[in-house]
Amino acid sequence: MMTAAIDIATVWAFIIAFAVFVYVVMDGFDLGLGILFPLFPKKSDRDVIMNSVAPVWDGNETWLVLGGGGLMAAFPLAYAVLMPALYTPMIAMLIGLIFRGVAFEFRWRTRPSERNRWDIPFFSGSLLAALAQGVALGAILQGVHVEARHYAGGWWDWLTPFSILTGIAVVIGYALLGATWLVMKTDGPLRDKAYHLSWFLLFAMIGAIGAVSIATPFLHIQYTQRWFSWPGIVLTAPVPIAVAVVTALLLRSLARKRDYQPFFLTLTLFALSYAGLGISMWPYIVPQSITIWQAASPENSQIFMLFGVAVLIPLILGYTGWAYYVFRGKVEAGSGYH
Amino acid sequence: MFEGWDAVVLARAQFAFTMSFHIVFPAFSIGLASYLAVLEALWLWTGREVFINLFNYWLKIFAVAFGMGVVSGIVMSYQFGTNWSAFSDKTGPVIGPLMAYEVLTAFFLEAGFLGVMLFGLERVGHRLHFLATLMVAVGTLISAFWILSANSWMQTPAGYAINADGQFIAADWFKVIFNPSFPYRLVHMVLAAYLTTALVVGAVGAFHLLRDPHLAGPRVMFSMAMWMATLVAPIQIFAGDQHGLNTLEHQPVKIMAMEGHFHSHPHGAPLILFGWPDQAAGKVKYAIEVPKLGSLVLKHSLDAPMAGLDTVPRENWPPVAITFWSFRIMVGMGLLMLGLGLLSLWARWRGTLYHSRLLLMFAIAMAPSGFIAVLAGWITTETGRQPFTVYGLLRTVDSASPLAAPAVASSLIAFIMVYFAVFGAGVIYMLRMMAAAPHHGEQGPSGDTPARAAGITPAQGRA
Repeated sequence: MMTAAIDIATVWAFIIAFAVFVYVVMDGFDLGLGILFPLFPKKSDRDVIMNSVAPVWDGNETWLVLGGGGLMAAFPLAYAVLMPALYTPMIAMLIGLIFRGVAFEFRWRTRPSERNRWDIPFFSGSLLAALAQGVALGAILQGVHVEARHYAGGWWDWLTPFSILTGIAVVIGYALLGATWLVMKTDGPLRDKAYHLSWFLLFAMIGAIGAVSIATPFLHIQYTQRWFSWPGIVLTAPVPIAVAVVTALLLRSLARKRDYQPFFLTLTLFALSYAGLGISMWPYIVPQSITIWQAASPENSQIFMLFGVAVLIPLILGYTGWAYYVFRGKVEAGSGYH
Repeated sequence: MFEGWDAVVLARAQFAFTMSFHIVFPAFSIGLASYLAVLEALWLWTGREVFINLFNYWLKIFAVAFGMGVVSGIVMSYQFGTNWSAFSDKTGPVIGPLMAYEVLTAFFLEAGFLGVMLFGLERVGHRLHFLATLMVAVGTLISAFWILSANSWMQTPAGYAINADGQFIAADWFKVIFNPSFPYRLVHMVLAAYLTTALVVGAVGAFHLLRDPHLAGPRVMFSMAMWMATLVAPIQIFAGDQHGLNTLEHQPVKIMAMEGHFHSHPHGAPLILFGWPDQAAGKVKYAIEVPKLGSLVLKHSLDAPMAGLDTVPRENWPPVAITFWSFRIMVGMGLLMLGLGLLSLWARWRGTLYHSRLLLMFAIAMAPSGFIAVLAGWITTETGRQPFTVYGLLRTVDSASPLAAPAVASSLIAFIMVYFAVFGAGVIYMLRMMAAAPHHGEQGPSGDTPARAAGITPAQGRA
């Protein structure tokens, strides 16, 4: 049942969803750059790719910390059930993020002869983190075994064909974000290559969205009812239509080589897919077992944090935007090299 | 494999391992961020080149340390859920918001301004750049505020109630945040971070002065670091003593373990200097002790009675030997720092600060002492509050996730391999940077790498 009542748990569900989405928007492209790294073997290209995100990467990952910390604070039961259920993908993601995160700094601290030493960790860490996030998403969607207030399944329950599919889909999506980011931030042959990759990745992404969309209703009868029966269909029908429209716009922007459009259109595609996931899951936070109201912290905890969020999130978006503005524009190879 | 292992013990080992690695980086970067802000302020104020050279020199090292702090910190923020889910469910409503506030008020501030601090000097101008440096430094301190508040609440819980689901909930947020041990722990830890950084900066300065006592940069940093040791080490010892008295009031069992007081002493307790606490036998073997001094230190009276662990049920005993020895290591480091500070003061007065080989060698040897003290101090306070996660209320064994031992053993092994490889490399890179002396026209992080963006040639006009 969809309820129209706006209560504080609902507000917090949207805040957490927002934090996770901002994370996907901001870290998605920079994980994507890592995934695409092997396709750019030239050292100078790799330098430009790294430099295009070096000033902002750890701000991007802070949203992941907010997602985790916020979940613990606002929905402790969901955090307590989901994290052990996703144990292996979570640990894999953390280890992947370690490798790629330190590569940003370490790459410049190696001797010239060892300069490539952190390229493989940067690529494999990015790939592992993206794959693990996608697998975790699939594992959440398919539901986990809960008894009392605990996760009651095994430590390999997450591994299914569906979670592998969502893992691959997220890798493809992040790679597309990375390619369109490069289209926006670079020039010359590097940009041309990024255009070329964007075409290929866009078709792969459409295929992945289609596959996940077809598979999801088979997971639970509730998902099927949500998407294909009245009155849910009023809300759900526009989503695939919008996906089709955005895809068409994306194809056009790639064909006409509008450098700044593909990245933002890809983000729109992500937003639509994300909205689709939200429609499927609502109002559960652990699908089919725990709703947002069952998982919610006591109201005084949620209200206490809401003050902070109301004041600080706009401020954070403000100075984060300023940092991006400072480092705006295309990145050039070699300029300023000493 | 690992089927017979205790999953809770493995989870504790994993937490201790990842936490011990993590704390080293913030301890260094809290102090270094403030030091960088001071250097940049001095540069803007005096215009002397030596300050911007030192700023750029330490900024590159800061970038590496900070990066390692970020990635090892993400692990901590998820590990509460992955490995301590029962704890997270029960305490999430109280300490979750404290950690959320840490992210909102500190992490974003640091990360948002870090890029400008590292790469933006020529893009935003001196004033805005200084603002960015200040924001990063303030961010590290705000972060310390919230995370130490959360930790202190676990040590000395206050302002809470318990709901029908068995969760802790806040009854009074002010009492939760400013719980009894928090002010002491915050002061003690921030001073520890400053000392840790000063000792590293001082050691690097001393290392270069040993080869050439006339180098301008190393002279400035060595002198600044030795002032810190001279002034802050005694303050820290005083702050630590106050913290100890606070612990005696709120966690007396921890003090019993730190002091090795297995037995009660109705007529004045001795101060056990060294010995081997035997938990099973319930006594300190081979003890070297000063009669009545323990009561004098802790109660300011020679004959004050002091209860021992014999008044506490055995199942509530912390591991005494670890608590006892880690405490002595921390105190020993503190006394050595005090000695270094005093020796430097004497050398300064004699005019041999930059030439005294004895002082320079001592300062180099003390490079890791801050890290050792921080780790030993945390081991003391965390081991000493066992067997509880929320002191007296929630036991460690009841806090863990329902995970099979092989799962935790696998992740523990993975973390050990990855941490040693990755952070070992990072430490080597930092040591390499420290091995080169800061020089005329020192470049910041963008100076020795290709430009971060178009049309900008960082730092060229400045060199």
